[in-house]
Amino acid sequence: MHRWSMARAVMASALAWAPVAHAATDADIAQLRDEIRQLKESYETRVQALEARVKEAEAAANRAAQPREAVPVAATAAPPASNAAGSEPPSPSQPAASSDVARGAPGSSANAFNPAISAVLTGVYSNLSQDPNRYGLSGFALGDDVSPGRRGLGVGESEFTLAANVDHLFAGSLTVALTPANTVSVEEAYGLVTGLGNGLAPKFGRFFSAIGYQNEQHQHAWDFYDAPLAYQAFLGGQYSTDGLQLKWLAPTDEFVELGAELGNGDSFPGSERNRNGIGAASVFAHVGGDVGTSHSWRAGLSYLDTRADGRETTQFDAAGNLARNAFSGRSRIAAADFVWKYAPNGNAQQTNFKVQAEYFWRREHGDLTYDTDGAFGLTQTDAYSSSQSGGYLQGVWQFMPLWRAGARYDRLNPDAPDYGANAAFLTVPDFHPQRYTFMVDWTPSEFSRFRLQYARNQVRPDVIDSEWFLQYILTLGAHGAHRF
Amino acid sequence: MHPLLKLLFVPIAAMLPMPALAALSIFATVPEWGALAQEIGGSAVDVYVATNALQDPHHVEAKPSLIARARKADLVIATGAELEVGWLPLVLQQAGNPKVLPGKPGYFEASAFVTTIERPTRLDRADGDVHPLGNPHIQTDPRNIARVAAALSARMAELDPADAAMFRERYAAFDTRWRASIARWQVQGERLRGVPVIVQHKAFSYLLEWLGMRETAALEPKPGVEPTAASLSEILAQQQRQPAKMVIRAAYQSDRASQWMAERAHIPAVALPFTVGGDAAARDLTSMFDDTITRLVDAASAGAVQ
Repeated sequence: MHRWSMARAVMASALAWAPVAHAATDADIAQLRDEIRQLKESYETRVQALEARVKEAEAAANRAAQPREAVPVAATAAPPASNAAGSEPPSPSQPAASSDVARGAPGSSANAFNPAISAVLTGVYSNLSQDPNRYGLSGFALGDDVSPGRRGLGVGESEFTLAANVDHLFAGSLTVALTPANTVSVEEAYGLVTGLGNGLAPKFGRFFSAIGYQNEQHQHAWDFYDAPLAYQAFLGGQYSTDGLQLKWLAPTDEFVELGAELGNGDSFPGSERNRNGIGAASVFAHVGGDVGTSHSWRAGLSYLDTRADGRETTQFDAAGNLARNAFSGRSRIAAADFVWKYAPNGNAQQTNFKVQAEYFWRREHGDLTYDTDGAFGLTQTDAYSSSQSGGYLQGVWQFMPLWRAGARYDRLNPDAPDYGANAAFLTVPDFHPQRYTFMVDWTPSEFSRFRLQYARNQVRPDVIDSEWFLQYILTLGAHGAHRF
Repeated sequence: MHPLLKLLFVPIAAMLPMPALAALSIFATVPEWGALAQEIGGSAVDVYVATNALQDPHHVEAKPSLIARARKADLVIATGAELEVGWLPLVLQQAGNPKVLPGKPGYFEASAFVTTIERPTRLDRADGDVHPLGNPHIQTDPRNIARVAAALSARMAELDPADAAMFRERYAAFDTRWRASIARWQVQGERLRGVPVIVQHKAFSYLLEWLGMRETAALEPKPGVEPTAASLSEILAQQQRQPAKMVIRAAYQSDRASQWMAERAHIPAVALPFTVGGDAAARDLTSMFDDTITRLVDAASAGAVQ
């Protein structure tokens, strides 16, 4: 349309000054008009020809566009990181850089292939009425990573994630955690096979297991500051493994995903065993879908089979002392998880609501050594078996833009483990640890969040811990993924 | 087999026998591309639209339903320009369907075929939700739809050679109709030229450019940042000096800020469909623009009366 108006403008101006140039007999004017008509016709023909060429060029652009898109892809394409990794990892696109490359912008050197980089900074102020160094769940043996953290001010884990396509076959993602104690740990480091198709997406390396629902999410994506008690008791807070994960997505309209993992079994509830072969195996199934436009859900079942050899734990004994124990034997966990989200018309911006629940059952058989470090001079090993369970139910409500409130209830069933000869030291009164947690958080943008959390923690008989946390989470760099 | 495994596999096996679908299976991230694919593909395509007009296409989660649909897609049509950056990469990664990964013919990004505007010269999250590749809301200019249609029909023909002739035919018919419609809208919208407006979010830059309207302010102090009392007051003060004729927002946005402004500035607040399905009148691409132009012209007339 603009081309047309330009042509018209040219003709109009020609008309406007033409009469001035010629001082005017009728014949002259008639000739002029004729010339103008010819001019107009010739312009119309040329404009039409131009339009035809534009169309052709557009068609050519389509063909060309494919390769043009392809370039960014090389750098961009796979969204590797995002997913599995948890909520946050950056999506692997670096559109800005890649499109510059595609358009032949100068300066596209080695850096053009830099992976997507993101960092997460967290920190907390904790006010705990009980000594966090004497933290324990009555009737449960806890791994060394479980603790409410220090009192007072402190930074939390700072996390770095790098993610990119490796080549035409693989994508990779690395998440490194810098702990407040100035140590570095590799949280996740995995490769993904991108080109298999048929709904298959294998992953290998170190990754958070897909058992349960929350387990795959990084800590800063959780809706509460700390892990549910069931995660603390059964999975040592969060279960990761070094190994191989195979997932298969069924070609159905409803979401049906089956998966299995083979791992080394080093992490709680297993332990390093100095053996060849597979140390842990798990299977899981997830189903999910939408109900109308406002509701969506996912449910899952998982099963983990692992072994421990001298797994070091801490546990309150019958005398109320924190004892160091070690377990050797087999540990099997079954878990059921469910999450349901509501957003009016699917628009979560104004208000939304989320309910999440998980339940775990664990059986352990083997030998238990009480007082491994001889702190009480009572070191003794005997047969041990337990069948314990626990879970949590939580709801989070975004009641207005940027603001959310949440509540969570945790409960564990120790179910009187059979301690054998260690019963004299370890049997505790029949008691169900439980916890009530409330939080409010403010999310001024996708990249920052502040949270105030209160928990009334009744995890030992006659002891109530009131816990306050004021937490911040800041995300830098590549855009994170909106994980369900 | 472990009984637990049996429990998992048996119901799934029952769901497996799937009818072989001849139709080209299309996963469109937003309704406008779903509607366009339907115009071109007719009965030879099976279109799934991932979001509806009342959702902010940027703030969507990688829901299980989306992953399941992307698994079966032959063609994913996205806007691109980072509009879907928060969820589409994750969906595609989990779908295990390499046909539709970026770079493959099965992945189509509409914004690659138009010239985006408002490319930031400075990339900093302190400036809000900035899009390094320019404003992604390209569908508000019908000329962009025409460009995307040309490219999309070629891509569909490439992916489904058996129906290619039909796609080309339907595209040609659509293109003819569409160009006539554009001419009609431009005539109807002639009186909108130069009309100053306030937008809630910078969602209509292409529309305003097309119609020659002027954006005097955006209610969001920065893209994607909720308006505050202070930022709104500032715009209200500016309104005295530089009066806009109306305040416009997309159907999916909350009406609070634009109503606030409309009441105080005594100008109409206009909710535009923004995409297909944004209101009852916007049933397809053509009626969406019919409705958009009608609403804008009505509001401009109402402003003129006042």
